[in-house]
Amino acid sequence: MNIAAFSLLTIFTLATAAAAALLPRLIHAALCLALSFIGVAAFYALLGAEFVGLVQILVYVGAVAVLIVFTILLTHREDGKGVSAMNWGGVAVAIAVFDGLLWAILKTPSLMGATANSEPITVKQIGITLTAGYMWPLQCTGILLTAAFIGALILVMEEKR
Amino acid sequence: MTPWIVSHLWLIPAAPLLASLLILCFATEKRIFTVILAITGQVFALEISGHAFFQTLCNPGVHDFHNFTWFIFGETPLRLGWLLDPLNAAMLVMITLVSLCIFIFSVGYMKDDPHFNRFFTFLSLFSAAMLGLVIANSLLLLFICWELVGLSSYFLIGFWIHRPSAAAAAKKAFITTRIGDIGFFLGLLWLYGKSGTLLFYANGEGCLEHAALLSLGGSVTVIALLIFCGAAGKSGQFPLHVWLPDAMEGPTPVSALIHAATMVAAGVFLVARMYPLFSFGAIHGVTPSLQTVVWIGTITSVMASLIAIAQSDIKRILAYSTVSQLGLMMVSLGVGGMAAGIMHLLAHGFFKALLFLGAGSVIHGCHHGQDIRKMGGLQRLMPVTFATYAIGMMALSGFPLLFSGAWTKEEILHATWLWPVSVVPHLLMLAGVFLTALYMTRQMAYVFFGKARDKNSLHAHESPRVMTIPLIVLAVCAVLFSIVLTPAWPWLESYLTGEHIPGHFGAIFQPMVFFSVLLVGAGVWVGMRVYSNAGKADPLQESQPEVFRFLENKMWIDEFYEHTLLKWSADAARLADWMDRRIWDGFVRAAAGAGRLLAYATSNFDQGGINIGVDQGCDTTQDLARAVSAWHSGNIQNYLRAIGLGTLALLILYLLLG
Amino acid sequence: MTTPLPLLLGMSAALFSLGLMAVLSRRHAIFILIGIEIMLTAANLNFIAFWRYSPQPQPTGVMFAIFSIAIAAAEAAVGLGFVIIVYRHYKTTEVSKLNKLKG
Repeated sequence: MNIAAFSLLTIFTLATAAAAALLPRLIHAALCLALSFIGVAAFYALLGAEFVGLVQILVYVGAVAVLIVFTILLTHREDGKGVSAMNWGGVAVAIAVFDGLLWAILKTPSLMGATANSEPITVKQIGITLTAGYMWPLQCTGILLTAAFIGALILVMEEKR
Repeated sequence: MTPWIVSHLWLIPAAPLLASLLILCFATEKRIFTVILAITGQVFALEISGHAFFQTLCNPGVHDFHNFTWFIFGETPLRLGWLLDPLNAAMLVMITLVSLCIFIFSVGYMKDDPHFNRFFTFLSLFSAAMLGLVIANSLLLLFICWELVGLSSYFLIGFWIHRPSAAAAAKKAFITTRIGDIGFFLGLLWLYGKSGTLLFYANGEGCLEHAALLSLGGSVTVIALLIFCGAAGKSGQFPLHVWLPDAMEGPTPVSALIHAATMVAAGVFLVARMYPLFSFGAIHGVTPSLQTVVWIGTITSVMASLIAIAQSDIKRILAYSTVSQLGLMMVSLGVGGMAAGIMHLLAHGFFKALLFLGAGSVIHGCHHGQDIRKMGGLQRLMPVTFATYAIGMMALSGFPLLFSGAWTKEEILHATWLWPVSVVPHLLMLAGVFLTALYMTRQMAYVFFGKARDKNSLHAHESPRVMTIPLIVLAVCAVLFSIVLTPAWPWLESYLTGEHIPGHFGAIFQPMVFFSVLLVGAGVWVGMRVYSNAGKADPLQESQPEVFRFLENKMWIDEFYEHTLLKWSADAARLADWMDRRIWDGFVRAAAGAGRLLAYATSNFDQGGINIGVDQGCDTTQDLARAVSAWHSGNIQNYLRAIGLGTLALLILYLLLG
Repeated sequence: MTTPLPLLLGMSAALFSLGLMAVLSRRHAIFILIGIEIMLTAANLNFIAFWRYSPQPQPTGVMFAIFSIAIAAAEAAVGLGFVIIVYRHYKTTEVSKLNKLKG
């Protein structure tokens, strides 16, 4: 992957993710979240997993981000107090974890000399693998999604007395 | 092959002892049983003593003995035994006969006393102890019976326990004789240590036999003197005589038995028994121990005679007379006239008991009044008592021919005359003879002659027959006894010494005899002159008040003791008490205080330290718990932060450990 | 020039930390869900990166990423349902006010 593309995309994704985390207004944060998802999808495309990128956009941006926006709208407070303060302890823990992960990455020597294989993957291949090798997880995921969907409905449904 | 009687000599003291125990356990209000038991015991003892006496008549001069082992210390056996020899047998007969008379007399005398049974218990016990003392073949057995005699005499002197003077007298008697007994016991131990045996005669091994006496070496004198301490205490020699006059606090039969015939005789008997020890290594019949005996006896005799002249209690005169006569006996033993001394002891037993019982009869008749200055004219009112008392007085004073005291005194004077060391005892004994006659005449004059000086004596009555018959018996004995004592027929002397002494009629008419008769007559004449018509005040007191006062107060000896020895012992007791109270008690209290301090400290520590510590601990735990539970804030993000940090830590750990 | 693998991993680590920061330090419940989504995305990115740089070509990484996305979506739905319920009951979306389980 091209270094230039990588660095641009990195900056974009990280910036929007930071915005999603740090912006005081909730709706702004949700929208920035969607942007960061798009950035990640571009990443996937750059890394040769275009299908995953498209799935990402479909699911994350199309469903999750929208769901978040809807929830924000449903739980919106009239007094306009959408401001959330920051807890600096949490920030410290996050930074510590980041340091730890970096250190873990740098400590592993085998990562340095890794080379990329330029074998692309086609949708056909993905489809065959899914239905041939990964049928079981596929069906389970289907059940899971059904259960989640029904569950969320029941949760949110208002009791009519 | 010991004869039956010798091995069964223990029957003699056993009978009164059994009687005493039976009376103690089974006596009732009906006194007849007590009387039967006591008298039977005495009669039995007399019977067996007679038997023993006849045994010795068959074998004159022999010491028959029967020894047995009492118990064994490891390897060493402790042996005791009975002894029968002429000295013993004569004493046994005298003691049992006199005791029997006194027991019969006591039945009448103590008729009104509420503690009749207790009296006979003690009297029988005393009799048993005395008889045991006499038959002992071992110095240890003798000492045991000696102590028992002392104990019984304590009980008997202090018989009227509610009287403080009686209790004090009993205590004084016991303690004074105890002081003598300490010397006796030391001598006993020394003897045992040196010679290895305490048996008197044991086929050549006894401590009075030659081999043992040789082994004692130079300590013979000291041992003899130590044993003499005991004898001096029991027989009331100077300086341990102070208990005897006070012992008159007891009932009169007690005085008769103890202080006339038996207990005081025990001391003289001891010296006679231990005579081989005293006379070992004698040069012309003189040893240092025997000399000491003579001098002490002399001092005692003269001193007591002088004091007797100024006494006004009927029994006290007789008590001092006893002390004086005992001194005389000791002198006799000391100068070598052992047979003479024992003969006088036997005779003295009879007539002194007679005199004491007569005094008892007088006291009973005068409704328990004892002051002679309040008596008088009893000759007509109490004739039997007068007659027997007169016989006793003549025997004591030494009236010649018919009266036993005369012959024995002759023998003693003869022996003192022959003493090589000094003639002073002889002269002082002569003075004693004069004084004896004088004070006895004084007593007779005051009590029996003249007119009644008091209303009690005015209405005196003769005593009942149960009391007068023993008096008569003893009087007869006193007279008859003289027959065997005359130098004309020296049967008793030869019996006692084992030697055949020729007797001849002419011995009665020695110059010594005449001189002493003269002295006796002089004494009686002076006495009658001075005292026959005396009023309530003593004539001597009127003429020589200071001398009289000195004599009346017993030469201030009791007061001297009180201010020195008694005071010192009281001071020592006070010091010991102070030490006990302050020092030892202080230690104990200090220890207790330390204990309390420890308890206080522990309690404080427990309350202040441990309690608070535990409380603090609990509080701290609670605070800690509260603090820890505060972590459960319910805030999810806190939990998540904690999880994040924890996972990071695990990651680092995983990486570090490979 | 291809990017070295550590760089990719570092970037996904940074994304992950940003998501963690959002979870740990924002008081609003939806922000926490946003953070969770970002963390899941970063993990997916990790998988794809490793798939890309693996020695033998295999579809496992892609499969995993696909499934992960599906499950993340389900979880987001349920989570947001919860937020709505909680808002309805407690009238608030601040997590610090939801502390009934405190000890």
